[in-house]
Amino acid sequence: MKLYDFELHAECYAARLMLSLLGVPHEVETVDVYPEAAHLTPAFRAINPLGRVPVLEDGALRFGTVQGILAYLAAAYDTSGQWAPDTAVLRGEVAGWMAIAAELAATAGQARLIETMFAQGDAEAARAGAEGLLRVIDQHLWFGEVEGRDWLCSAPHPTIADIACFPHLVLSEDGGISRQDYPAIRRWIDRVKRLPGFTVMSGVFATSSAL
Amino acid sequence: MAQDRGALMTELCNDPVMLEHWHPVVSLEELRRHGRCRTMLLDRAVEIVAQGEGAVVRCEAALVGSLVQYGYVWASFGEAPKPLFAVPEFDEADRRFVVTGVFGVQVSAGRAIENFLDMGHFPYVHAGILGEEPHTEVKDYDVEVSQNRDEILATRCRFYQPKAAVSSDAGAEVDYIYRVPHPNCAVLYKSSPMDAARLDVIYIFVQPMGQERIRAHTGMCIIDDASSDLEIRSFQQTIFGQDKPILENQYPRRLPLDPRAETPIRADKSAIAYRRWLASKGLRWGVIPAGV
Ligand SMILES: [Fe+2]
Repeated sequence: MKLYDFELHAECYAARLMLSLLGVPHEVETVDVYPEAAHLTPAFRAINPLGRVPVLEDGALRFGTVQGILAYLAAAYDTSGQWAPDTAVLRGEVAGWMAIAAELAATAGQARLIETMFAQGDAEAARAGAEGLLRVIDQHLWFGEVEGRDWLCSAPHPTIADIACFPHLVLSEDGGISRQDYPAIRRWIDRVKRLPGFTVMSGVFATSSAL
Repeated sequence: MAQDRGALMTELCNDPVMLEHWHPVVSLEELRRHGRCRTMLLDRAVEIVAQGEGAVVRCEAALVGSLVQYGYVWASFGEAPKPLFAVPEFDEADRRFVVTGVFGVQVSAGRAIENFLDMGHFPYVHAGILGEEPHTEVKDYDVEVSQNRDEILATRCRFYQPKAAVSSDAGAEVDYIYRVPHPNCAVLYKSSPMDAARLDVIYIFVQPMGQERIRAHTGMCIIDDASSDLEIRSFQQTIFGQDKPILENQYPRRLPLDPRAETPIRADKSAIAYRRWLASKGLRWGVIPAGV
């Protein structure tokens, strides 16, 4: 198994985190995404026509979106059956939060790329979109805590939806989005960090600072 | 935060110390890739356009003084900025020059330079790479302000590093020399794992976009014929990515120059010398001047 990866990329981090949580042995091929933009070259587009990282290769199989990677890893390598649960309710919930994760990428993730790596775009608009999502996620998690639910979906354990959303939320400050007003998100981040097999990335520390 | 940004943008930097310096605005590598670059310098929007081997810099329609050195375009709004500091290692033909990237950070230039000079954070922020517990002690080193070169020099710095460079295969006690030849630029010389007789050069050239917003240009000029550019870049980006949240969580974001404003944890000598040196220049922009 091989992951085409870039350390500072939020969605690559989601893929690395899932591989680490599942303990799946793999090799990593770093793609020179920034500043070289190697992911946009014809050579890399032969691997992923979308011109994006992460890409996961398993034998002859190739997955070129983070949603595909997480869903595949959970289905193929999770013997517990917990990461992508098979009940009707949880399938619906996971699909919904995976869609929210994509919206986080387009807002909080985009604000981070604009502020940190000078991507084109409107940082204020991206932040405004992200704040709307963070408000909803914080409320959802806050009411979850009241009901005894620790994760995004109603299962008593995390799912791939938590992993898909996590990088964008934990890296939000890079895009100028403070988590000061989202205490339930902060507590959920701490819960993710305590999962066995959790792994950090550059800029994410194993334990939260006292902020 | 939005309010702060608004307030800071209404006033343009009029600090003569900043206006009279050269500032990095874009690497030649990035400029060649895109042909032009729009960015901010000292609260002003500037545009850099590639021209021949060099570049033209404009602010609004007016031409801005510029030069090309060390792989970057430098710009100054000053009447007669003094020549850029010397880094002779850039001219050594057998060195690898690798631009490791430019990153936007919500912090003042002074805070970024001070972090670059600080060895105390290595075991905590760069655990397993530039430091490792229990090797947390910063051993005594020397700091001087070189009068004839008008720069800060920290010598005899030593630190135990598990992976000092991309080419390291084991932990080692590493020798460091720091130079701060410009208020917003620092150059680090450290033992080369590939050549015991020479020192690798790692630089940070900070472009102050505003008082609390920078572009940090980092790169290396090193002796290493084995590692790829990608490996060198990844190594340095990982380290910078670790520093970034630390930098952005320092308050105030501007660097306080009053010696009593903050007690650096071990009264770090190079930080004290740096702040004093900035204060002696009369710098008021991007800092909290002494006595305010
Ligand atoms: Fe650092």
